[in-house]
Amino acid sequence: MNLNELTIKQASEGLRKKEFSSVELTEAVLNVIKDKDKDINAFLSVTEDLAMKQAREADKLIADGEEGNLLAGIPVAIKDCIMVEGEKCTAGSKILENYVAPYDATVIKKLKKAGAVIMGKTNLDEFAMGASTENSAYGPTKNPYDLERVPGGTSGGSAAAVAANEAIYALGSDTGGSIRQPAGFCGVVGLKPTYGRVSRYGLIAMTSSLDQIGPLTKTVEDAEFALEAISGIDGFDSTSVSKDRKPDYSKRFESVFLEKAIKEADGGNSFSSPLKGLKIGVPDEYFAEGIEKKVEELVRAAILKLEEMGAEIISVNLPHSKYALPCYYIIVPSEISSNMARYDGIKYGVSAEADNLLDIYLKTRGGYLGKEVRRRAMLGTYALSAGYYDAYYLRAQKVRALVKRDFERAFEQVDVLVAPTSPTTAFKLGERMEDPLKMYLADIYTCPINLAALPSLSMPCGFADGLPVGLQIIGRHWDEATILGVGKIYEKYSN
Amino acid sequence: MDIDHIAKLARIGLKEEELKKLEGELSAILDFIEKLKEVDIENVKPMTGGTDLANIMREDEVIPRDDKQRQRILANAPKRKDDYIEVKAVFE
Repeated sequence: MNLNELTIKQASEGLRKKEFSSVELTEAVLNVIKDKDKDINAFLSVTEDLAMKQAREADKLIADGEEGNLLAGIPVAIKDCIMVEGEKCTAGSKILENYVAPYDATVIKKLKKAGAVIMGKTNLDEFAMGASTENSAYGPTKNPYDLERVPGGTSGGSAAAVAANEAIYALGSDTGGSIRQPAGFCGVVGLKPTYGRVSRYGLIAMTSSLDQIGPLTKTVEDAEFALEAISGIDGFDSTSVSKDRKPDYSKRFESVFLEKAIKEADGGNSFSSPLKGLKIGVPDEYFAEGIEKKVEELVRAAILKLEEMGAEIISVNLPHSKYALPCYYIIVPSEISSNMARYDGIKYGVSAEADNLLDIYLKTRGGYLGKEVRRRAMLGTYALSAGYYDAYYLRAQKVRALVKRDFERAFEQVDVLVAPTSPTTAFKLGERMEDPLKMYLADIYTCPINLAALPSLSMPCGFADGLPVGLQIIGRHWDEATILGVGKIYEKYSN
Repeated sequence: MDIDHIAKLARIGLKEEELKKLEGELSAILDFIEKLKEVDIENVKPMTGGTDLANIMREDEVIPRDDKQRQRILANAPKRKDDYIEVKAVFE
């Protein structure tokens, strides 16, 4: 196997056993990037000097026999809305074309402390607004499975990089599906943690009450390793919580059983019913019209496999599902209009030439913010303007509470929910660019989870006409342990 | 919707044709959002954020920073004069 094709677990073992060095591993990844990325366009910038420096440091750490972190010496790609000190951070926008990050995001500080090797910054829809990475001001990323198709978005660069083995793993961000949907389209694993699990300090803010950073990896186990490294309370993010935050209420299914099942599986024993005792909810509303036939077939086949593994499958209802997308598209633009106000040509970023202050604002923002960003900023400005706040934003916040309540009620009957990640497989480049609403529909199964602040995992469950299909596993608040456990068992026993 | 007014509030300068096109797009999106009026929101408390946390504070202390970071911040400024960021007059 080529070094760049390894998982975090395999690479970590290989480094510890001295089968290869971090420098060799990093060079292997760099070579693949140099070879493939002109076709895929996953990376906006490759941080070769930084990566090689970190690789040499990691090799020293490993040579000194330091009981280092699992992530030491392992190449990671970072979505370009997460700040890496001293490196450009564009957010996929022209307005930040030459902006250099003055500080590290908290997740980056944690990765650096763990000895990670940062390969570069990956492409995204501008300011994380979109569902295909086509809104990037630097050209779209291509899906490694079909270069004429989108990789999904907004973490399309990160998903494509992992799928094409241009990185061992990556970090992305998810506000309405931006980690899970591209993970689904590119056949990799993507995890959106419970809101608050991972610090947002150093993540360029899009929708502050929904944004979360999370990993994109080749296996579910790798996602767990990455999550462990980046989670935790942060004094610089008042919405973050402690690492050991667990589900609040008593649950019927103890993830202790899952740990046991996984240990037995790893030990070579085949466990006949590894998911015995687990109750899986399947929301009817997620299989309604709009879902591609082959996607539905594969997801239902996966659910059958989970049942064969011992789980009890229960049909549940999330009655406010059809209101989640419109609710999302009030909350998101409203918070965006506030978060985008800082791009004014004064403190950083591009600044247009003009005679007076107002014109600097108008020309800078009008000239250097992309179409989707302008669309959403205007929509949000309108929704929050005098006389409209109650009718739009306040109403949306109440509908949001109802969407969350639907999930909480479902979780009284079941332990996890399973659904498709997206209604279709990867669509063709350009296919949805003319109609914003059509693009928004790509997130129909993912955005309700963000509204409810729940954790959710997307993992591969097969191919439809050669294109990857994602299976979504949704958990209770703070219950990443159970969704990762179910994911690991499915991964192990479905092959 | 007064599109010119909204554009001014959002401080986004656009040409006439661009504004017209945007007006159409925003109308379509707002039509889609009308659906929310169907929901019975009586006695529902709004969900104001992603967590149940409130009043999270930290000490208001000055953390010494090295000059490198300061220089990076200033280097990002569009117009710099010594250690100041130069801006147009706020008041005429």
